[in-house]
Amino acid sequence: MKLTLHVWRQAGPQDRGRMETLQVDGITSDMSFLEMLDKANEDLIHDGKEPVAFDHDCREGICGTCSMVIDGVAHGPQEGTTTCQLHMRAFKDGDSIHIEPFRSRAFPVIKDLVVDRGSFDRIIAAGGFVSVDTGSAQDANNLPVRKKDADMAMDAAACIGCGACVASCPNGSAMLFVAAKMGHLAHLPQGQAEHKERALSMVAQMDAEGFGACSNHYECEAVCPKEIPATFIGSMNREFLKSSLCPDS
Amino acid sequence: MAFQLDSKVPEGPIKDKWTNHRFNMKLVNPANKRKFKVLVVGSGLAGASAAASLAELGYHVECFCFQDSPRRAHSIAAQGGINAAKNYPNDGDSVWRLFYDTVKGGDYRAREANVYRLAEVANNIIDQCVAQGVPFAREYGGMLDNRSFGGAQVSRTFYARGQTGQQLLLGAYQALERQIGKGTVRMHVRSEMLDVVKKDGRAVGIISRDLVTGEMKRFAGDAVLLCTGGYGNVFYLSTNAMGCNVTAAYRAYKRGAGFANPCYTQIHPTCIPVSSEHQSKLTLMSESLRNDGRVWVPKQKNDQRAPNDIPEDERDYYLERRYPSFGNLVPRDVASRAAKERCDAGYGVGATGYAVFLDFAAAIERVGEDVIRARYGNLFQMYEKITGENPYKVPMRIYPASHYTMGGLWVDYNLMTTVPGLFALGEANFSDHGANRLGASALMQGLSDGYFVAPYTVGNYLAEEVPLDGSGAVATDDPAFEQVEKEVQDRINRLMSVGGKKSVESFHKRLGQIVWDQCGMGRSREGLEQALRDIPKLREEFWNEVFVPGNANEFNPEVEKAGRVADFLEFAEVLCEDALAREESCGGHFREEHQTPEGEALRNDEQFAHAAVWEYKGDNVRPELSKEELTFENVKLTTRSYK
Repeated sequence: MKLTLHVWRQAGPQDRGRMETLQVDGITSDMSFLEMLDKANEDLIHDGKEPVAFDHDCREGICGTCSMVIDGVAHGPQEGTTTCQLHMRAFKDGDSIHIEPFRSRAFPVIKDLVVDRGSFDRIIAAGGFVSVDTGSAQDANNLPVRKKDADMAMDAAACIGCGACVASCPNGSAMLFVAAKMGHLAHLPQGQAEHKERALSMVAQMDAEGFGACSNHYECEAVCPKEIPATFIGSMNREFLKSSLCPDS
Repeated sequence: MAFQLDSKVPEGPIKDKWTNHRFNMKLVNPANKRKFKVLVVGSGLAGASAAASLAELGYHVECFCFQDSPRRAHSIAAQGGINAAKNYPNDGDSVWRLFYDTVKGGDYRAREANVYRLAEVANNIIDQCVAQGVPFAREYGGMLDNRSFGGAQVSRTFYARGQTGQQLLLGAYQALERQIGKGTVRMHVRSEMLDVVKKDGRAVGIISRDLVTGEMKRFAGDAVLLCTGGYGNVFYLSTNAMGCNVTAAYRAYKRGAGFANPCYTQIHPTCIPVSSEHQSKLTLMSESLRNDGRVWVPKQKNDQRAPNDIPEDERDYYLERRYPSFGNLVPRDVASRAAKERCDAGYGVGATGYAVFLDFAAAIERVGEDVIRARYGNLFQMYEKITGENPYKVPMRIYPASHYTMGGLWVDYNLMTTVPGLFALGEANFSDHGANRLGASALMQGLSDGYFVAPYTVGNYLAEEVPLDGSGAVATDDPAFEQVEKEVQDRINRLMSVGGKKSVESFHKRLGQIVWDQCGMGRSREGLEQALRDIPKLREEFWNEVFVPGNANEFNPEVEKAGRVADFLEFAEVLCEDALAREESCGGHFREEHQTPEGEALRNDEQFAHAAVWEYKGDNVRPELSKEELTFENVKLTTRSYK
């Protein structure tokens, strides 16, 4: 198939950026979306031009590196799917496709479709962990965990940290990401000793990074490639409120 | 001069070696630890766990990854699980059995003492990960669940749905971020190590490129740990991430680190086959599928009928036919070769003829679609996303693909390479899997090296070799750093100035085709010699005709790729040399000249029970081979048979 791409081009953080139109031909339905972009880039290189920069790595939907907004939707039209797992059979010959970076104040553009998501790492560094040094663990089965809790923790822990939730939120909120990490750790007995500090410091860092607040649009849940439910945001709010009101109890 | 390979395996019975060694190693007192700096390159399971653990001990750590976050390293993609000899199911498992299975699974080409230690610390890994909050699967009573995996008759695999690698990596990543938050680790993301700096024979630092600005940076350290993964992308198409590369390990090799057993590459039997020439990577379908799926091809050559139209008696269930006792559950290397044999003979299916069916119809009839969905739902869904076919209705099409590399930098018992102060951990080293890795053992090894081995052995090196008064420290304005940085910069300038017309990608694809054809699942003297003629020609063409767009002083993924492909173009020769020198078949290395009349691998223990260690001797010069003889005092060498 033959497609018209409208791609965001931005030389660097200081550049204003613009949409650029590219034609790409010879696309087959079994190619992935990124392989379609590879083809477009090969054509650009063939013509002596600079290819479109985009982030990608594992190409099997688990590393969370790929990040683009396709026709206005983070990770494109297919539910529960990262960009790298989106295949061209979702499109048809002659389509025009708009491709933009994940846009948010807390995700500055580095180049073209590549953004800096270091703010997510800093939120984890602020408290998204259990404080346990190597070597100090007891036998793994000394701490039974209800299957229901373990499963719930796993549902939350499936987050791949891609940032689609932020890109799709009208407020640029990172609350689904933060709620997923908090939900993962809060459902387990491990790390209960520090759960209040965790809630307070992760939220403080989230605010400091310039992410907005949640106002219940649920766009994040709709685009999440791992289909993490927004109900975790409710638990996060409760956790934060309890920790703020009774930090010492 | 050939290498003097001293494995430094401690004396004494195998069960006491690590315990005694830990006692005998020198310690660095807590106040002195902060005087040392350790550079950790890579942030996967091995790198993140080592960086976090060393920082907890009090060392200054600088950690580097080329990805935009340490959480994205390719350890994240591991699906199946992690082994440990907890014996929770009470099914007869023990450290000894895990050790034995791993040595046997590796076709008797691993170092016994290292494997024993791996089995010994595996239980600590599970404890550590659970304490970090890794959400392993549990039973209703709240206890951890186990499942079975290839190459073992006990259930010793811990798992977190189909995302075990991700959850273990997040545990290590969170431990690392905790230290970053405390300021004990400085993290450098989007930062690629391009060379090792040595002074007076010791590793004293690295040169890295800031991938955002293109700037060269110098980092000095008292020890350097390479946790940079494997080289499976030498085949171009593999289950590795796009960024996985051999550069760090290969640069270390060129600076004097021995490269051991590069020909031990693991080709995983169940991957989604190549669909078109534009394919950029291959996706694994977990080994666990072979528990319920039956592998077959049509009995008739070039059969174009739809699979469901082919009657039962016209199907060849070739694994069940050839290996009646193990059937569809033969180890990875055996299953891969059998698929290749059928396809080469013209019985393959799909558009390219290079695929076989993995059929769940019998299992669905036996236990019902719901049970199959509960077991493999996410995999079936992934398959459908990629191929557009519904595997509940139509058999999957699968074909083997490059997945893991057992070979790597040679290390002694302390995980130190032949360059003092330069360590290699995880998939980057050669030490624990011999010629074939068993499922669920890669995660175990990465975390064992990082959490429980390197924190001791690196300390021992620092205590023994690096003076406390700082007199051994090398500043980054030292001529040693200047020289290496200049060489790295010159090479990038050369790449940028070739000014040809062909893309980097096109060379990588062509290299991959040569290596896959001649040094993939089946290897022969004739083919390897052909590859050794073709690779230098392709390399020459690369340096004359490649086009790297843009410039090197900015964010430019083409520059990154060009450097990595240039290294693969050299490394591929070492790989083929090793495959040529190893005149036997073992594990993932199958030499067509060395097989039994039934087509099975034929090992030669008398001449080849050694690790082959290659030493760089100059560009376009054949590397020199040294050998570390492997002695087996605890495991009896037998022929692996799955018939």
